[in-house]
Amino acid sequence: MNIHEYQAKALLKSYGAPVAEGVAIFSAAEAEAAAKSLPGPLYVVKSQIHAGGRGKGKFKELSADAKGGVRLAFSVDEAKAHAKEMLGNTLVTAQTGAAGKQVNRLYIEDGADIDRELYLSLLVDRSVGQIAFVVSTEGGMDIEAVAHDTPEKIVNVAINPEAGVTAADLAKLTSALKLEGEAKADAEKLFPILYKAFVEKDMSLLEINPLIVMKNGRMRVLDAKVSFDGNALFRHDDIKALRDETEEDAKEIEASKWDLAYVALDGNIGCMVNGAGLAMATMDIIKLYGKEPANFCDVGGGAGKEKVAAAFKIITADPKVEGILVNIFGGIMKCDVIAEGVVAAVHEVGLKVPLVVRLEGTNVELGKKILNESGLAITAADDLDDAAKKIVAAING
Amino acid sequence: MSILVNKNTKVLVQGLTGKTGTFHTEQALAYYGTQMVGGIHPKKGGETWTGSKGESLPIFASVAEGREKTGADASVIYVPPAGAAEAIIEAIDAEIPFITCITEGIPVADMVRVKARLDRSKSRLLGPNCPGILTPEECKIGIMPGSIFRKGSVGIVSRSGTLTYEAVFQTSNEGLGQTTAVGIGGDPVKGTEFIDVLEMFLADEATTSIIMIGEIGGSAEEDAAQFLIDEAKKGRKKPMAGFIAGRTAPKGRTMGHAGAVVSGGKGDAESKIAAMEQAGIRVSPSPARLGKTLVEVLKG
Repeated sequence: MNIHEYQAKALLKSYGAPVAEGVAIFSAAEAEAAAKSLPGPLYVVKSQIHAGGRGKGKFKELSADAKGGVRLAFSVDEAKAHAKEMLGNTLVTAQTGAAGKQVNRLYIEDGADIDRELYLSLLVDRSVGQIAFVVSTEGGMDIEAVAHDTPEKIVNVAINPEAGVTAADLAKLTSALKLEGEAKADAEKLFPILYKAFVEKDMSLLEINPLIVMKNGRMRVLDAKVSFDGNALFRHDDIKALRDETEEDAKEIEASKWDLAYVALDGNIGCMVNGAGLAMATMDIIKLYGKEPANFCDVGGGAGKEKVAAAFKIITADPKVEGILVNIFGGIMKCDVIAEGVVAAVHEVGLKVPLVVRLEGTNVELGKKILNESGLAITAADDLDDAAKKIVAAING
Repeated sequence: MSILVNKNTKVLVQGLTGKTGTFHTEQALAYYGTQMVGGIHPKKGGETWTGSKGESLPIFASVAEGREKTGADASVIYVPPAGAAEAIIEAIDAEIPFITCITEGIPVADMVRVKARLDRSKSRLLGPNCPGILTPEECKIGIMPGSIFRKGSVGIVSRSGTLTYEAVFQTSNEGLGQTTAVGIGGDPVKGTEFIDVLEMFLADEATTSIIMIGEIGGSAEEDAAQFLIDEAKKGRKKPMAGFIAGRTAPKGRTMGHAGAVVSGGKGDAESKIAAMEQAGIRVSPSPARLGKTLVEVLKG
């Protein structure tokens, strides 16, 4: 689960991290009071959407030379004008896709005099099974490009969970970031705070880009991107409350209610599969035969008839879907349960596009019998290859 | 021969009394008499578990007690996510040599804690979020469907449950059969990696070829490919076919498995496929052709 920058900063501030003063606003009318409550005279007006690249992003509705999704303002009036222009419009960035994202929230923040921009993130390093700091002196840029062009400028420090952030870890980090004096002292306080927040709140990613050294020599968290481990939300009601559903795909929200692993994609073949690996492989094989999947959908191992029907309805509700491929290799999942769910869903919502079903594994004969006797126009397939060929052929007509 | 489990493996079930634990324990008992020797429940120690066909197993209050009274050398965990890490740690503390955790959805921070304990123990953990392990006609731990297996010569290792079934089914249909199939699981932090299993398959005489199934996320496939290249230089090499799921997955999205995500420019399918091919693995473009691809490799 992702949260907005202003929410992430409030969370980090509650742990004692140095962040600028700022106010989140939902309407242009709030801009003046927000800016006036800050020290000034420099303000930063930042679009709050769940995507990066906001500064270089462009608003669809504005002229091409209009400013981007993060703007400086040198007076309260200018902050007001920016807010009016940005709110409600659609920001397109390198990460939003061409459709962009509507900006419904802004964060007005006190400006900072920047001396150096650094990069810091915390993530789970799978190779050692530990939480690791990733730092670089090259902050404020696309870190993937830094990793690609100058990998030696990125330093990785994994933290032993039983020892926590040690003095030796801090020495490595501050040396990698070339920190001295007050900034170094600030960092030695900040890094254990960030680690503590990461662990206690079950984050999966905490990215600060940039982490800055100001002209007065102090450190500040200038941007913050936080994602949480969805598997740990059950123990964090405070974090769940930060969810902004307007940032998510409506189909994905509906799917999450049914505990379905569903990801909306751009193609036109809807997929319903059991198992994440097989679901990805099903997408891959559709592409191999020249079409694009409309979604990833793993109904899981223990789904009942109702959950299968819910998945089928979510897939058919997508107007892009021109055909559906159901691919089941029943281990725990029984083929007859899948068949019953599909038949029930079709009876309820109808079937306007071709449907190819491949069943294998537990209770496969029973499953096939249910589909055959349903009287529905379902094309049976023998294996995954056959299924992919048949659905692609059906769409190509 | 086989790896990790055989007909002598004695298995305790942590989470036996739940619906999932009960169902899969019945299935395991019915699979060539896999030696399921007892269940664990802190409040039901001394009671007896009864299956739907009248099977029965003793219940012990702790893993340590179960191990002492049955001589179990393995445990399988069906405990829900919130308590699964503690269940693994209990098994580690009881010095169970081989622990399999089926549970999906364990918070990754919990697994970081488990991993630290595991690293200084004598136990091996398989999973979590995995389908388990099966040695045909000898021992079934976990949730793989026994009916598709056939005793034979292929070692199978996979991050995905259902793709393991595909590989098993296809190698059975090709008449090759399996020595052991191992599902290492789809989580980012786990007990057993590809390299561990490949080392065992290379050492196992009965395993004469290997199928390895990976997916997007992390660099375990690249690490495994490097391992195979290094071993081949020492003269240890077996014919291999492989598959990587997620070529079409969008960046930055988690695809069902917590570990299946391309992030920070790392973990994409193409680099994994390239690394595996460099290590001499024939990577099938289609998951439906795993068995046939291996047969082609074996024909030379």
